[in-house]
Amino acid sequence: MNSALSIDRLEVAYDHFRALKGVSLDVAAGESFGLVGESGSGKSTLLRAVAGLAPVSGGTIIVNGEKLGDRRDKAFYREVQMVFQDPYGSLHPRQTVDRLLLEPLVIHGFKDIEPRIIRALDEVGLGSGFRFRYSHQLSGGQRQRVAIARALILEPSILLLDEPTSALDASVQAEVLNLLEQVRRDRRLTFVMVSHDLAVITHMCDRLMVMQDGEEVERLSAPDLSARRVTKDYTRNLLVASEGFRRTA
Amino acid sequence: MSLATMTRRDWLLSERPQSRMQARLGRTYVTWRRFSANRLALAGLAIIVALLIVAALADVISPHSPVIGDLRGSRLLPPGPEHWLGTDGQGRDILSRLIHGSRLTLFVVVLVAIIAAPVGLLVGTVAGYAGGWTDAILMRITDIFLAFPKLILALAFVAALGPGIENAVLAIAITSWPPYARIARAETMTVRNSDYIAAVRLMGASPLRIVILHIMPLCISSLIVRVTLDMAGIILTAAGLGFLGLGAQPPLPEWGAMIADGRRFILDQWWVAAAPGAAILIVSLGFNLLGDGLRDALDPRGGGQ
Amino acid sequence: MSTMLAVENLSVSFPTRTGMIEAVRGISFSLGRERLGIVGESGSGKSQTGRAIMGLTPPNALISADSLEFDGIDLLNAPPQLRRDLRGNRIAMILQDPKYSLNPVMSIGRQIVETLRTHGNVGKAEARDRALAMLEAVQIRDARRVYDLYPHEVSGGMGQRAMIAMMLIAGPELLIADEPTSALDVTVQLDILGILDRLVRERGMGLIFISHDLRLVSSFCDRVIVMYAGRIVEELPATELANAEHPYTRGLLNCMPEIGVGRHPLPVLDRRPEWAL
Repeated sequence: MNSALSIDRLEVAYDHFRALKGVSLDVAAGESFGLVGESGSGKSTLLRAVAGLAPVSGGTIIVNGEKLGDRRDKAFYREVQMVFQDPYGSLHPRQTVDRLLLEPLVIHGFKDIEPRIIRALDEVGLGSGFRFRYSHQLSGGQRQRVAIARALILEPSILLLDEPTSALDASVQAEVLNLLEQVRRDRRLTFVMVSHDLAVITHMCDRLMVMQDGEEVERLSAPDLSARRVTKDYTRNLLVASEGFRRTA
Repeated sequence: MSLATMTRRDWLLSERPQSRMQARLGRTYVTWRRFSANRLALAGLAIIVALLIVAALADVISPHSPVIGDLRGSRLLPPGPEHWLGTDGQGRDILSRLIHGSRLTLFVVVLVAIIAAPVGLLVGTVAGYAGGWTDAILMRITDIFLAFPKLILALAFVAALGPGIENAVLAIAITSWPPYARIARAETMTVRNSDYIAAVRLMGASPLRIVILHIMPLCISSLIVRVTLDMAGIILTAAGLGFLGLGAQPPLPEWGAMIADGRRFILDQWWVAAAPGAAILIVSLGFNLLGDGLRDALDPRGGGQ
Repeated sequence: MSTMLAVENLSVSFPTRTGMIEAVRGISFSLGRERLGIVGESGSGKSQTGRAIMGLTPPNALISADSLEFDGIDLLNAPPQLRRDLRGNRIAMILQDPKYSLNPVMSIGRQIVETLRTHGNVGKAEARDRALAMLEAVQIRDARRVYDLYPHEVSGGMGQRAMIAMMLIAGPELLIADEPTSALDVTVQLDILGILDRLVRERGMGLIFISHDLRLVSSFCDRVIVMYAGRIVEELPATELANAEHPYTRGLLNCMPEIGVGRHPLPVLDRRPEWAL
């Protein structure tokens, strides 16, 4: 198997709090892998550790065959990009969409800036009418589309998605999930997606890992989960909870 | 006419700007509308604009020479048709001195702002973003400066550098950057862990680029507000140094020095000290009103939606 | 079933520089001792409806209604003193995030006691006993310990339980819950709903449950009102949700991914302008 992301016994500690306690996983190129868990399970920490935004205290991360050190170089960010949870917090409040998309191109020294920005906006279904707007002039769904455009503009091979739709309305969530599936197909991307929502993860991912308290609970394939073939009680609880409220007589 | 202005307004407020220019102008216009809705802020702006015009046209509009007076015929004349604000102990026209003094006031205020604000901004943002040892060292230095009363420290600097308006400016600048550094650091701390800064880090931007292009613009508005509000204090400090004879040297018509001159006659010829005092009061008030208005207009929390 | 709350042609609008924004546009419904769900997406006016009933609409907003009656009291024309008495005493509200609705510098127990004492003539010792009993009623196991904790020292689920305890201590007849569980983990969410469910049944309260989650609401409530652009587009018994008629309700149900149902791409909501008319 050609693995895009391989994590071995990864540890993350904030001061004395161990947010991640030796988690390992392997994601094949072109695969879509899901991480499910409740708050404090360490699922977002894992993504942030891969992106270089969390203090790694042990274990190894290998991206496309290269072992990552403490510092990420520019080439790394051409391969790995991330979409954040809160569309209201992930866009700079004083920059236009144009400026947001320009920044990565300038940093990486691209020459054909104009066509790239136009193409990026088209790809996420926004069109050039949105190019010179500020983020406060956009709805939540539009902001998340801009965030996706920004992540894709460097043409990464791995996209880290941290609850990309949990702050959106259900109808907007459907549109953004469809968009993500579309770009994954078009660009043969590898996804690592974090969510608290089992339904979203089974919809988007081939395989998934259930996490709790910074540790792995179990690993499942999407068909397993759909058929309710789970072995751990914790996962079963999550499954039951996701079906809504059941009145006890 | 009304149709043309309507469309220009719509163009500025457009939800779909067509160019970088239009987006920027639109944002400026929104800020201006918020600012101009505040009457007092407009009054402050008017005072400052008037000060600028007076300073620019000082040579043209001042009726007499600011430095040469008629010692024999016109010493300590009360306000009258010939000398609107009267004359001082050396027979110089006070109005002309005030008009020319506005240049010195502006010189001091602008220079201090140009020196102190960027220093404070740089120290604060770097300390706030870097954290750790860098932060500790930069902030302890800031604390040392903050620990001294402003005027005393400025006095010490002037005493060391020698009296004169340039040295006064330098001394005031050296003593006024620490609060700016504190503000910039506080602002930086609130944004440094935000997702949009994380997103820029994920673009591969260097720390310096993040600080200058992404964090500084967020700190600038609160800094502008603070600097404007400090202007009054700067004028007063400069006047205080002038009053003590450590700022502008005679015969320069610096307002503080003028008050010091008038002190000797304050009971019998009150206008000699009152006129520059009133000038300081009005200009300080102008800067304060302007600063208050800017705070409301530029507040990033109000700038969102 | 006796009607506790009657809302007739309620509108809430906000004046802005660019004109009036109508958040709620003439909605009518009534509530007995039952669980009523109000569902809608952001901007549908569901929260403003709850706030208008509670009397928490921002002062610059304009509220109008043919009638807004709680137990025969005309809420719109009631004097402020009467409204304050009603609020917390007979009508209570739970908000989404306990972090913002609990006072951070007062211990949880004291906040509950304060609520109790402002609304009734209750002695200190008795208030404390009742607060502890209430904390136990919302299934806080170690009530004595939690009583002395400050809001930042407890988890989100615990904070929301404390909030519910505080809101229910005065024994309100009507409870408005605005997204009470959206900030919580799914498993905690069910606990909280279980507590609410039990309290509503045991005390015979009326409950308005405001949420964006159509499925959750329909599994919890007796009746569901679906709002879109400030209007009610559909009102139906929760059990009949599968037979919803309005295309918006159906679209909203449809566009959520479901475990075991692979639909790629997901059906998206085709918003018709006539829905907003």
